[in-house]
Amino acid sequence: MTRTWQTAPAVGHPLTRIEGLDKVTGHARYAGDIALPGLVHGWVVPATVARGRVRALDVGAALAMPGVLAVLHRENAPRLADIGEGTLFLFQNDRVPHHGAPVALVIADTPERAREAAERIRVDYFEEPHDVLFRPDHPGLYEPDHVNPRLPTVTDKGDVDAALAGAAVLVDGEYRTPAQHNNAMEPHSSTAAWAERRVTVFTSTQHAFGTARTLTRLFGFDPGTVHVVSEHVGGGFGNKGLPRPDVVLAVMAATLVGRPVRVTLTRPQLFALTGYRTPTAQRVRLGADADGRLVALEHRAASQTSTLLEFTEQSASYSRAMYASGNLRTSHRVVALDVPTPRWMRAPGEAPGSFGLESAMDELAEACGVDPVELRLRNDTGTEPESGLPFSSRRLADCLREGARRFGWAGRDPRPAARRDGRWWRGTGVAGAHYPARTAPTVAHATALRDGGYVVRVGAADIGTGARTALTQLAADALEVPVDQVRLLVGDSDFGLAQVAGGSMGTASWSWPVMTACHDLARRLASGEPIPPDGLTSTFDSTEAVGARRDVARYAFGAHFAEVAVDVATGEVRVPRLTGVYAVGRVVNPLTARSQLVGGMTMGLSCALLEESMMDAGTGDFLNHNLADYHVATNADVRDLDVAFVDDPDDELNPAGVKGLGEIGIVGVPAAIANAMWHATGVRQRELPINPARAAL
Amino acid sequence: MTVPQLGTTVRLMVNGAPAVLAVDNRTTLLDLLRDRLDRTGTKKGCDHGQCGACTVLLDGRRVNSCLLLAVAVDGREVTTVEGLADDEPHPMQAAFIAHDAFQCGYCTPGQICSAIGMLDELAAGWPSAVSDGVGHLDDAEIRERMAGNICRCGAYANIVAAIREVAGGD
Repeated sequence: MTRTWQTAPAVGHPLTRIEGLDKVTGHARYAGDIALPGLVHGWVVPATVARGRVRALDVGAALAMPGVLAVLHRENAPRLADIGEGTLFLFQNDRVPHHGAPVALVIADTPERAREAAERIRVDYFEEPHDVLFRPDHPGLYEPDHVNPRLPTVTDKGDVDAALAGAAVLVDGEYRTPAQHNNAMEPHSSTAAWAERRVTVFTSTQHAFGTARTLTRLFGFDPGTVHVVSEHVGGGFGNKGLPRPDVVLAVMAATLVGRPVRVTLTRPQLFALTGYRTPTAQRVRLGADADGRLVALEHRAASQTSTLLEFTEQSASYSRAMYASGNLRTSHRVVALDVPTPRWMRAPGEAPGSFGLESAMDELAEACGVDPVELRLRNDTGTEPESGLPFSSRRLADCLREGARRFGWAGRDPRPAARRDGRWWRGTGVAGAHYPARTAPTVAHATALRDGGYVVRVGAADIGTGARTALTQLAADALEVPVDQVRLLVGDSDFGLAQVAGGSMGTASWSWPVMTACHDLARRLASGEPIPPDGLTSTFDSTEAVGARRDVARYAFGAHFAEVAVDVATGEVRVPRLTGVYAVGRVVNPLTARSQLVGGMTMGLSCALLEESMMDAGTGDFLNHNLADYHVATNADVRDLDVAFVDDPDDELNPAGVKGLGEIGIVGVPAAIANAMWHATGVRQRELPINPARAAL
Repeated sequence: MTVPQLGTTVRLMVNGAPAVLAVDNRTTLLDLLRDRLDRTGTKKGCDHGQCGACTVLLDGRRVNSCLLLAVAVDGREVTTVEGLADDEPHPMQAAFIAHDAFQCGYCTPGQICSAIGMLDELAAGWPSAVSDGVGHLDDAEIRERMAGNICRCGAYANIVAAIREVAGGD
């Protein structure tokens, strides 16, 4: 076989998406699009009380309806193992943990019939008093053992209290962020089908391997029983990172009725069953010298979890790595309420935490009379403030300077409320950003075929990140072949251990075994090893290599600049310009990388101005559980977005040299907009979203 | 209990091909396309007419197919995202690829159908909130007229660029 490397290296080139044609022509099949013979449909019956017990369930009327095959509930559901994942421990007891929790599932031959039958199920509850409202002085707040993902709850370096007492300048602010829902465009959908003692599950997940592993443990299946497939995923932003009730219900129902069953959640059901960003209340205290150099930093964060499991958002952890301070204390508290369970939403911790710290830094700049960009440069650091570890690379200063140049920051009049343009107040603001650059163990297989093509299999997920395309480029370069000779397969649990498409760790983790397996395969081919009829395969497991890395602090950095216009009379806020400059290691594909960062900035804008899930004290339900009442940014809300990268060579990461860029685009954007609001109007915005009621003067 | 039979026969053209089928009267056009005709390119994002993912062209005009009962479109002509390409992708589909105007791709069929319908509305002189509909298609006009199609991945900037290219505007 002749192997020639006909093109320049693929990495660094703006290759359009491998699956682009399938997506624009409607041929890409998502979880809810898979046609199966004999498919039937499950419809969730949600609890209508916020706390209590199911006293009686009358399913007679539903079972008598045409097309209804069964009703799944606690008396006929398969028994599950308690694996510490309360949100999936469905139909195992009579407890109602929150409004909207499933109490039954109707299975019928069509969705229309399942839905109508679900309306006919009568549920009697023992209702108990509930507690659903988060507040920063809630008596139930406590310090958990750890915070997400497994970080220490409290850190304390130096003597923060003494340093604050002796500081020339003090800032003491309280910042609030609301509950927010991921609201990926594709609702969670799972289809389960048994065949030959295996259950195949088509599900919308960021982690096929993890979903198979969890289902196996939950149901007590033999290893290898579960096969999870998720070729295309309609967005996730964290809430498809772990299995959700739909996939458990689909497997239960398929087991019960012996036919393939699809369970697709409705948009309102997503609000109760698939996770959301917790509301937070943060207090940030900064002490500085007269020039704005920090001498003390304290960041405290409170958040909520459910009674089903403890999830604590790591909001204060943002301050452990951002600005130099000899005295640094961070802490978290959480309260368990009768609410749906909060989980990951794009940059959990960093997104709300950066609103607290980067807003407080702006207040410090004002108090010291120092430019906010200059203030951040003065507090830059070569070592991670909390741990003292060196950074693998830290180009925050370059991001700030390049952002200032692109945005036209120089010569900015620092005075607030000094720019009136007809009915608009105008102002500009800045915020820094960071996000951890982590890498986790993954297995990949590279196969050379006799026809000259290559197939690379890795249990990655492409939820819109462009991972499939970036990995194809990295594989092609490792094999030294053009990209069109490489077929990259993802979204299959049978491919083996793989990191979730989350924590901005996807490409960083998956690329390691992909590149190593491809290098090994290329070496074997070059040495003349023959290709057997079913192909020559090299497999690599990165577990050992990932664990052997040096202990340094690895982060992506960025800077966001925002311009706002605030309507004097109505409080309407527009964002004519956002600039983001990033140091994210090597950029494998500048086209898809830019898109991901533009998307993060857009979600940041949305978070700053629009998004808020409103908990109803009376029912325990999120009142605005639909896309008309829960506002996300639309096309008309977004104006000019400018994205740029600074060079960030970093040999301490992974073979691809990538840091991940799925999340840093949202970090700090709300603070940059809030800081611009102060510059425009002279009023500090310490609570999100900055809706017209809050922005009106 | 007796349950009435909720069925009606509908005849419609889907992507140029006739379809005749008995449907449950509760079936939406969206579910008819997806569940009965296996045209799953059209997506369900909210089922309430709030997101635009299910946008198709009905007799050439953009509609939310989740808000239409199948029995209400008897005799009509439906074009879905699968019906836009001949041998080559429709120029709007090609522009979406070239400008990376999508990420997860789930809202994309609706965006593309909506964009095609929107350009026809503009050509017909329909006004919008930002203009009287006469003359130049600038970015503000595109953003306003495409505001009914949510993209949670936040590809709006690239969607505007793709539509601008097809429309031949700035």
